[in-house]
Amino acid sequence: MLKPLIPDHLSLITVPALALILVAIFAQYLTPFDPYAQDLTRALTPPDSVNLLGTDRYGRDILSRVIIGSQTTILSALALLAVISIVGSLIGAVCGFKGGRVDTILMRTSDVFLAFPQMVFAIAAAGALGGGLFNAALALALIGWTKYARISRSLTLTIRKMPYIDAAKLAGTGSAGILINHVLPNIAGPILVTAALDIGTIIMELAGLSFLGLGAMPPTAEWGAMMNNGRSMLQTAPWVILSPGFAIFLTVAIFNLLGDKLRDVIDVRGNRN
Amino acid sequence: MRKYILSRMIQLVPILLGITFLTFGMMQFTADDAVDKIYEGSVSEEIKSAKRAELGLDKNFMIQYGNWLGGVITGDMGRSFISGKLVFETFAEKLPATIELMLVSILLTILIATPAGILAAVKQNKFPDYLIRALSFIGNSMPNFFVGLLLIYFLALKLNLLPIIGASVIMPALTLTISMGAKYTRQIRAVVLEELKKPYVMGARSRGVSEFTILTKSVLPSILVPVITLLALSIGSLLGGTAIVETIFMWDGVGKMAVDAILMRDYPLIQAYVVWMAIIYVVINLAADLLYRFLDPRIRYGENG
Repeated sequence: MLKPLIPDHLSLITVPALALILVAIFAQYLTPFDPYAQDLTRALTPPDSVNLLGTDRYGRDILSRVIIGSQTTILSALALLAVISIVGSLIGAVCGFKGGRVDTILMRTSDVFLAFPQMVFAIAAAGALGGGLFNAALALALIGWTKYARISRSLTLTIRKMPYIDAAKLAGTGSAGILINHVLPNIAGPILVTAALDIGTIIMELAGLSFLGLGAMPPTAEWGAMMNNGRSMLQTAPWVILSPGFAIFLTVAIFNLLGDKLRDVIDVRGNRN
Repeated sequence: MRKYILSRMIQLVPILLGITFLTFGMMQFTADDAVDKIYEGSVSEEIKSAKRAELGLDKNFMIQYGNWLGGVITGDMGRSFISGKLVFETFAEKLPATIELMLVSILLTILIATPAGILAAVKQNKFPDYLIRALSFIGNSMPNFFVGLLLIYFLALKLNLLPIIGASVIMPALTLTISMGAKYTRQIRAVVLEELKKPYVMGARSRGVSEFTILTKSVLPSILVPVITLLALSIGSLLGGTAIVETIFMWDGVGKMAVDAILMRDYPLIQAYVVWMAIIYVVINLAADLLYRFLDPRIRYGENG
């Protein structure tokens, strides 16, 4: 099913994206130093031949922390995205397929969540939940699922009217069977594109919460939290902030390119049919 | 049209009830330990429960919600746990700074993105287009806290161009403008490209109408509706963005107030912030929706009412 989604010209941008994910997964084997080892004699060393990106105020190697931080930042964003896109799509598909009261209740609930500016809600929810990376992700998830529920609901409403659904019903397939075999495979493409375009935003929002002190807690190496720690030393030790900052920028840029490309590819496929 | 406005107003009621209920529930869920936080565990349980009673935390949840909702409507939202000042007063005092920041950012965004988007479209696939697209891609991929810190580093610390903290609205507004402007430029470019393909443009060209006249008289008005749509869409991220940017630049608005309040667990202030931001967001969206219905007859007459 995924094969037509990955034609040759997509591979060019999938390479850096996959590389990033691999770095994130195997981060602990790639760090030149222990990212949590303090060495106060080398605190705030500018980039040199030993610490390629310099050290922070505890003398921890920033390159190692940026590498291990990719794990925290990228993998938690991807995990969060996987959860909200799957849960959201399932809710939307069930709503669109069943209609009636379930649909009304769930859609009115999503209206309420959508009425909040995403970051305003996330900041307050993360604060109320008491900080920490998991709570920050949970705060983003509380609103995040609504987008997927909406998209998958409207797609399901269209699919529901297709002749092959009637055919499946006549053949005696139950609701669950139709949903799994006929509806979900047809909404997978657009949901995948939406999720891919969302990766960058989610990474920035998670890092933003950590930057405000509402996400990953010290000493955890997380890009947003690292930047928060370096904020007061912008003038004297800019490398503390610049390295994780550029790490976020590059990661978001790569995933945005991937999302754009994926959207073009799926659009092309849609036009051809 | 009037019927439509009325029905949209009525639809707002359950949304507003939902917003207030969710905000209140979320905060109350954890508000109990706010009292522990105030006293840091150094006093007896009796003093704590007296404080809880004083703050109304000992009553039934729905009664508390009802009281608080009444307060939202009448502007009496209790007192800050920390400063003891009236919440609504504090909020109203700091709101103008945030509105100023937002308006300046929006103005800067439109002033930068409109010419940039049009230029990119007119010079499609030439150097200016590539440059503008590259810049907007970069702007779109940078989190606003990084943009803010970069601006401080380069403009204020390295070049001594702009004052950093508190005084001037330029730096925080510029920070918000960069990511917003990137989105607007992309969108305006796409709209102008679309418009330039239309037959009337070719007709005007063949009649010898100058390219400049075509752009200003025909193409420029066509971007009005998409820009209003974008504005409504970006208000959400702008409201969230102000929290981060105000914190970085020590801009004394409601965003910084909220972040400070969260770190201090000052729940009444957070509740006021969240609920009012959501109300502002919902109302602006409604206004934008009505406005572009008014501006674009195709939308107006496409529906019944």
